Amino acid sequence: METMMILLIGVLVSVATYLILSKNVIRVILGTAILSHAVHLLILTIAGVKKGNVPLLKEAESPYTDALPQALILTAIVISFAVTAFVLVLAFRIYQTSKSDDFESLRGQKYE
Amino acid sequence: MNNLVVMPLVVPIMIGIVLVFLKNHIRVQRALSLITMLSLIFISIVLLENIQASGIMRLDFGGWLPPYGISFVADSFAILLVLIASIVTLICLIYAYSSIGERHEKMYFYPFVLFMIAGVNGSFMTGDIFNLFVCFEVMLLASYALIALGGNKKQLRESLKYVLINVLASWFFLVALAFLYGTLGTLNMAHLSVRVAEEGQDALLTTISLLFLVVFALKAGLLLFFWLPGSYSVPPTAVAALFGALLTKVGIYALIRMFTLVFYHKPEVTHILIEGMSVVTIIAGCLGAIAYKDLRQVVAYNVVIGVGFVLMGLGVATDSSLQGSIYYLMHDMIAKAMLFLIVGTMINLTGEKRFDRMSGLIRHYPLFGWLFFIVMISLAGIPPFSGFVGKILIGQGLIEAESYVVLAIAFFSSVVVLYSLLRVFLQAIFGETSVSIGDEKPLPKGQLIPILLLACCTFGLGFGAEGFSSFVEDATKTIVNPEIYIQAVLEK
Repeated sequence: METMMILLIGVLVSVATYLILSKNVIRVILGTAILSHAVHLLILTIAGVKKGNVPLLKEAESPYTDALPQALILTAIVISFAVTAFVLVLAFRIYQTSKSDDFESLRGQKYE
Repeated sequence: MNNLVVMPLVVPIMIGIVLVFLKNHIRVQRALSLITMLSLIFISIVLLENIQASGIMRLDFGGWLPPYGISFVADSFAILLVLIASIVTLICLIYAYSSIGERHEKMYFYPFVLFMIAGVNGSFMTGDIFNLFVCFEVMLLASYALIALGGNKKQLRESLKYVLINVLASWFFLVALAFLYGTLGTLNMAHLSVRVAEEGQDALLTTISLLFLVVFALKAGLLLFFWLPGSYSVPPTAVAALFGALLTKVGIYALIRMFTLVFYHKPEVTHILIEGMSVVTIIAGCLGAIAYKDLRQVVAYNVVIGVGFVLMGLGVATDSSLQGSIYYLMHDMIAKAMLFLIVGTMINLTGEKRFDRMSGLIRHYPLFGWLFFIVMISLAGIPPFSGFVGKILIGQGLIEAESYVVLAIAFFSSVVVLYSLLRVFLQAIFGETSVSIGDEKPLPKGQLIPILLLACCTFGLGFGAEGFSSFVEDATKTIVNPEIYIQAVLEK
């Protein structure tokens, strides 16, 4: 199971890297979103998948699964959600003011 | 166990939320944010006194004892930085009153500043590395909004780059955290230190530490500073000053914390690397500071030089060099805020961005001209201003570690800083003016007074270095002996 997850993470990271290296703003933003999914899976996998029961102290028998990675991922998801929402709005505003969604034209003029 | 410890995080967030609902009451917003910052200064002074009296304080949230719960740890190093950050923010807010403009003030400028300072304080005080990530994000999200606020074309363009760079850095942070948790099974910084000492810092842990080095170097602008000049030159002056003074410093703090508390076993890999990176940073910063004629670029590269200088102290990691780093970090926050405010005011007064198109400002604004002189010699490290103590101690540490080449580069950078600013001083401040007396644009008192206050701070920190020395020595003691920190956190 862990091996499959690691392979999946590898695929996600490669896809995300490909997207981030493109010149289109929206593709780059989608790339960062996929990148964050990859790292969430990584956190889940690295602590071990399904090592025991649900960590409910009196209702399930030990050994319990470590619940901390889930908590970490939940926090990270909320943060990446907020950041992605912000970047999308930013990209929209840039499209409105600069009439462009191409990084090549967003380089900025050369400093003298 | 003391609830005061969490106040530097909670107070600004609470007041910030209240201010969101007072969107159109600018006076109330101003007053409340001013009171918040004053109270933060007061709280941090009380905390400093308490730490002196009874040692490091901590607060376990929800009563979960470390290493299981999240705790805030207040040691002298963290609280000194919280104190200076609060003072600098207070002064930048005063500057903002007369410069930022009503449009910004109605677009939640004050709440964002408060959220950002909450994130900064949280990063300084947290004792849990995942919580450090969260506090970083709080700070960064507020800074994303602040840098884009105003929404002109150039600002939006640079803020997109700033956001994307930081998103990528946060991703690396999470990857490093995942591996760290996978190998050591804990996230509490003191417990991490114990576990690393138990297991021995093997190749895997060293690799993870290098991953953290990359993350924090990106945030601090150590070597990976390519994003910094662009994004620090677009926001309004007060915001740029806050960024220049606070944001990179949080990265520096995290580096010092991680590499003195947790990953201090393999200095021949990590610390040498930090040393090398800071040397390159200083050299590149010097080149940038001399190369540009755009004032904001000159200032941004001066920030880069400051980052390199502080981290040289961490690189050799002797007692005196670390003490010097703390002094210099405090000095740099004040001096960089002052430099940003002065340069912003110059650009505002003349309407020019290049210093070779300004001249003779001292004829119309004599006090302002001499304030520029003060910040210049303060950054160059001339006594009685605050840069001196830090530079001398870092220099002493470098001599103790017998890295004379690094020492030469460090002190040569001071000369370059002096040259880069002296050039501006002679051209823009001295010289003949083309504007006749009486025609000049008035310099608002509200912009002059904050700069004057910062000048007093840099003078006070330099002249009264003796008064601060007990706090700084205590901070150094905790950094040099991780056991003190560990014991304070892990004791029941």
